[in-house]
Amino acid sequence: MEHFLEQVLNGLQLGLMYALIALGYTMVYGVVQLINFAHGDVFMVGAFLGYFGFAVWGLPLPVAILTAMVTCALLGVIIERVAYRPLRYAPKIAALISAIGVSLFLEYFSSLKFVFGPNYRVVPRPFPEVHWEIAGLSVTNIQVIVFVVVLLMLILLQLLIYRTKTGMAMRTVAVDHNAARLMGVNVDTTISITFAIGSAFAALGGVLYAIAYPQIHPFMGIMPGLKAFTAAVLGGIGIIPGAVLGALIMGQIETLTSAYISSQLRDAIAFAILILVLLFRPTGLLGRTETEKV
Amino acid sequence: MKLSRKTLILFAGAALFFALVKAMQFSGMITPYWQLVLDQALVIVIGALGLSIIYGFTGQFSLGHAAFYGLGAYTAGALDKVYGNGNMLFFFLSLLAGAAVAGLVALLIGLPILRLRSDYLGIATLGFGIIVRVGMENGNKLFPVLGGATGMSGTPQVANFDLIFILTLIVILLVRNFIFSTYGRACTSIREDEIAADVMGIDTTRYKVMAFVLGCALAGLAGGIYAHRYPFLHPASFDFLKSFDFLLIVVLGGLGSMTGTIVTAVGWVFLLEVLRVVLGQNFIDWRGVIYAVILIVSIIVRPQGIFSGREWRLLAPDHLKMATGKEQTHAGSGN
Repeated sequence: MEHFLEQVLNGLQLGLMYALIALGYTMVYGVVQLINFAHGDVFMVGAFLGYFGFAVWGLPLPVAILTAMVTCALLGVIIERVAYRPLRYAPKIAALISAIGVSLFLEYFSSLKFVFGPNYRVVPRPFPEVHWEIAGLSVTNIQVIVFVVVLLMLILLQLLIYRTKTGMAMRTVAVDHNAARLMGVNVDTTISITFAIGSAFAALGGVLYAIAYPQIHPFMGIMPGLKAFTAAVLGGIGIIPGAVLGALIMGQIETLTSAYISSQLRDAIAFAILILVLLFRPTGLLGRTETEKV
Repeated sequence: MKLSRKTLILFAGAALFFALVKAMQFSGMITPYWQLVLDQALVIVIGALGLSIIYGFTGQFSLGHAAFYGLGAYTAGALDKVYGNGNMLFFFLSLLAGAAVAGLVALLIGLPILRLRSDYLGIATLGFGIIVRVGMENGNKLFPVLGGATGMSGTPQVANFDLIFILTLIVILLVRNFIFSTYGRACTSIREDEIAADVMGIDTTRYKVMAFVLGCALAGLAGGIYAHRYPFLHPASFDFLKSFDFLLIVVLGGLGSMTGTIVTAVGWVFLLEVLRVVLGQNFIDWRGVIYAVILIVSIIVRPQGIFSGREWRLLAPDHLKMATGKEQTHAGSGN
């Protein structure tokens, strides 16, 4: 039983990190209906910047995290400006291809020797790992930090979206670009802000990921990105609580299958569950079923 | 059998191209390396035409095409490795088996998931691709001959340019005839507007599944040829990144254009190799970067694809006016 609960805790840690990435996917999808395949690579850049911040340049951890978040926010805005905005009103598939291009660009550019280099890097712990025994459960300080930070960010995001004008603008743009324009919303700025927030979240996720699973390389973003994206679809893409719910489920599925069934079959089982869920809920767990109109 | 004038010209053109390549082979202008690249390009043409049917003509967004390519490669490769010993008859039988397995799996998975729409369908097929990849990595536990995560080698390398070229030509004619048949027209109408097609009395599920099975069987056929031309199969060659390759070939060529798919597939394979040569040893690291930039720039310059639904006249019948594809199908919000 203790073993099971510890696995659940590990799954929670993983799920919360997926949630940080999934939020970026789902927010961007909400405002521009684009699967931003480059998002997982922004996460990778965030992990590297965090690593350079606290391990190479010797910045204090919060400053390193903040640097990574701000830089990635900027990166997200630039990506949108350069690669997606020219295609915003083109067929959706064009922007998707562009996103694949950006993803490859970030991966290969990061692999260049004068950027991050092609090798695996081991991330030193910025603080010693502490184990606590709580009611027979082993809890690490990393788990507590991940839990607190992600929860804090989720609350902040919720406040931003439902209590500020920017958030209202984002919700408006998600419904209809032209109607939003008519209501005096600056659609371009709002989309840029959405990319900035999503990318900053991915960067935070990246740094936390590098601390919790201390090995990074330029292609590390592919799988977590894909999983987080799948989580967003599982919850119903474009819906923020859905992304968090999907990510938590994804984290549990992965950890529990690794622990009790087979770590090699982990990905297969996770995606099999995704397909099954989609067959019964074609727009995800919390997705609205849209009525077909002629 | 009566062949139209266009088909005859097409055959003549193909024969000319074939003779040209043969002449270059004998005069030594084509090194074995570039021959391999050319063969690879033809294999990719077959696979990409499969996705062209599924996505370009029927509008069903698939991100799992490489899974079927891999299923065909492993099926044909393993069958020929165990039973074939380089026998030509068995080579063709194993190719058919590869295509059949890919098509059968496509039928089983397509029946339930083709009900999904646009991005959700894309993600379901992407997920299926990952399941297949995990299967390939662990397949050696059931059948040791598959080699699992370390890859499989030992398939008789009996495919050569002559055979691959003839197979490609057959596939191009097959796809052309399918697309301009009533079946193909029904598929195109589903891409343009599924509800309208339904109202006009088209059994949309049937045609969607038909296009999916045919397209995936072609991917399986391409995979089978690949297994007989490249001695080493590895699960990583058939993962979702490979599916992206097929997708971007079909999109960059222009949805709803066979010509676009064929030209882009060949151009894409050669671009990657030419980059390797041009950059040389010192700048080889830049290959991925330059490739990514070319990809982004070309899709921004031609978002509708190079051929955007237009067809080379020799591939299209006279009596049909070509309509350019609307290329929607992928927007999430059902508008």
